[in-house]
Amino acid sequence: MAMTGRSARFQFASDHSLLVYFDSLPKEDRSPNRVGTSSARSRESQITREANEQVRRLLELLQQAPVEGVCNLHPAYCSLLVKFDPLKLRHEELEEVLRKYLDRLPEVELPEPRLVEIPVCYGGEFGPDLPDVCALCGMTMAQVIELHSSREYFVYFLGFVPGFAYLGELPKELVTPRLAVPRKRVPAGSVGIAANQTGVYPFATPGGWRLLGRTPMKIFRANRKELSLLTIGDRVRFTPTDPKQFAALEKTWA
Amino acid sequence: MGVIQVLEPGLFTTVQDLGREGFGPMGVSASGAADKISLRMGNRLLANNQGAPGLEMTLLGGTFAFPDGAVLALAGSDFGATLEERPIELWRAQVAKPKQVLRLGPTRSGARCYLCVQGGIEVEPFLGSASTHILSGLGGHEGRALRKGDELKIGTRYVKGLAPWSASMPDREWALSPRTMEVLEPRKVIRVTDGPQSGWFSEGAKKVFYESAYRVAEDSNRMGIRLQGAAISTPAGGEMISEGVALGAIQVPEGGQPIILFVEQQTTGGYPKIANVISADFHRLGQLRPRDEIRFQQVEPLGARSMLAFQEMVLENDLRDRRSLENEKRFLKR
Repeated sequence: MAMTGRSARFQFASDHSLLVYFDSLPKEDRSPNRVGTSSARSRESQITREANEQVRRLLELLQQAPVEGVCNLHPAYCSLLVKFDPLKLRHEELEEVLRKYLDRLPEVELPEPRLVEIPVCYGGEFGPDLPDVCALCGMTMAQVIELHSSREYFVYFLGFVPGFAYLGELPKELVTPRLAVPRKRVPAGSVGIAANQTGVYPFATPGGWRLLGRTPMKIFRANRKELSLLTIGDRVRFTPTDPKQFAALEKTWA
Repeated sequence: MGVIQVLEPGLFTTVQDLGREGFGPMGVSASGAADKISLRMGNRLLANNQGAPGLEMTLLGGTFAFPDGAVLALAGSDFGATLEERPIELWRAQVAKPKQVLRLGPTRSGARCYLCVQGGIEVEPFLGSASTHILSGLGGHEGRALRKGDELKIGTRYVKGLAPWSASMPDREWALSPRTMEVLEPRKVIRVTDGPQSGWFSEGAKKVFYESAYRVAEDSNRMGIRLQGAAISTPAGGEMISEGVALGAIQVPEGGQPIILFVEQQTTGGYPKIANVISADFHRLGQLRPRDEIRFQQVEPLGARSMLAFQEMVLENDLRDRRSLENEKRFLKR
C-alpha cells in the first residue's frame, strides 16, 4: 500500500483494521513486489526507539483527537493497529486522515515518562528458570540478578493480556531464547525474559518466557484508579528483594 | 426486581454483552459475546437494548430458576430447552412464572446458546462492559464462569424506552424473519480477506490453506480457535516482531496449524497472519464446535464490506410481528 514521506507505511490488516508501520526499510524493498518468501524477512520492520516514539506520538494524537469511526488502537514496538467500523470508514479514507495526523506528529507532546520501581524476589520457587539462564549465559545467579536489576527499562507497549508491558532492552549478556515448550500456567507477578525483552505477567496465564523471579506488586487491578501499573513510555527498574520482604509487601498490596 | 438462580451452571456459562472496545493501549481486548448477532437478536425479541448483557452457554447449558418470574428468550444454538419440563422454542419471548425452572441440555446444533432476559443481567461494569474476561478474571459475574448457587440480578436499565421491568409479555410479540434466520444459519465455509502478512506466504502455502479442510481442536476457546489439518509452510523464520492483531486474524505458528484469534484475543502477537476472517462471519465462528470441519474462502476487501452492510441491513429492518409473519407463512404455503 501507499507510503508517506515520514517513513510510515500503511498495510491492510483486515476488513476492519489498518496497520501503520514506522520503520526504515532498505530502498530495494520498497517495491510493491509481494511474490515469494525469500525477501520476506528483510521487509520486516526494525525495533528502534525512534520508531516506537512515532507510534506513541500517533497513539497520543489519536487519543487527543479521535477519528470518527475508529474504535480501538493496538500499539506495538514499531506499529499501530487501527481498528474501525467498516460501515463508517473505508481503508482509503482512514489512510488519508492518518496521513494528515502523521504530518502533525512532530508537534505532539508526549507525557513525561514516569519511573516505576518493581521489587522482585529472584530465584527459588519464584524464578524457576534462573539456574538455566545462568547456565545458558555462563554466569552466577548473583551476576544474572545484578545485570537484570541494574538497568532502566523502557515500556515499548502493553499487549498480549491486560497490563502486560513489553520492556527493553535486556542486557546483551542475558539474551536467551524462549522456552521450547511454553508453560501452561505462569503465576501472576512472574518476571520473565525472552530474547532482548523482559516483562511481568499480570495474571496467571500460559507463557513461554524464562522466569527469573516474581513481584508481589499488582500489575493490573480493576479497583484502582490506574488499572495498569505501567503505561506505554514509562521507565522501569527492578529492585531485588528477599522472600521475607516479598511476603510483607504482598500483604500490604493485597 | 427479579433474579436468576443458578441451579446448574452448565459447562461454561458467562455473562456477556457486546464487549469493550477502546482499551487496546492497555492490552485489553474487546471480548463480548462469541456470537454477537444471536445475543443482539435475542435481546431485540424482548424489546431490550440489543447490547443488554445475557448468559452465554457453551456446548452444555445450565438450569436456572426465576423466583420472581421473568420474560426470557433463547438465542443461538438449540440446547433442548424446557421450561417446567415443557419444550420451548428458540427465538421467541417466553414468560417464566415465579419459581419456574428453565433447563437446558447438550447442544443439538452449534456451540453457543444465549439466555436473554427482559431488562438484561445486571453486573458491575468493568471498563464500560458487563463482559466476562476469563483470563484476567475481570468483568461479568465476579470475573468468572457461573457456579452452582450463584444469583444474578435482572436489570432494569437495558430496556428500550421507558418500559419498566415486569414479568409479563411485551405488547407485541416479535419474530425473526426468514432473511434473518439465513444470516444465523451455520456455515462451514468461513470467508476471509488477506491478512497483513499474506504476501509472506508462498503460493503453495496459500493453496494448502484455501484447499484443505480444517478441524476445530478441542482446546479452542474464546481466546483462539485452534485448527488441525494440512500444515501450512510458514515464511522463513516463523516469528516476527510483535504487532497489533485484529479480531479474526488467522496466525500460522511454526508447525503450520492455524489459529483464529477470537473475542478474548491477545491484543498483539508475533506470528505471521495468512488471512483474516471477515466481520460478517465473526458470529459464525462463535457457533463452531470442537471437531467441526471448516474451509476458507477468499473474498476481496470491498466484497467483505458489502456483505457486512447487507447483513446489518437485514438485521436492522427484519424484526417482524410474529402474528403477521405466521399469517404470511400460511399464505405462502397455500
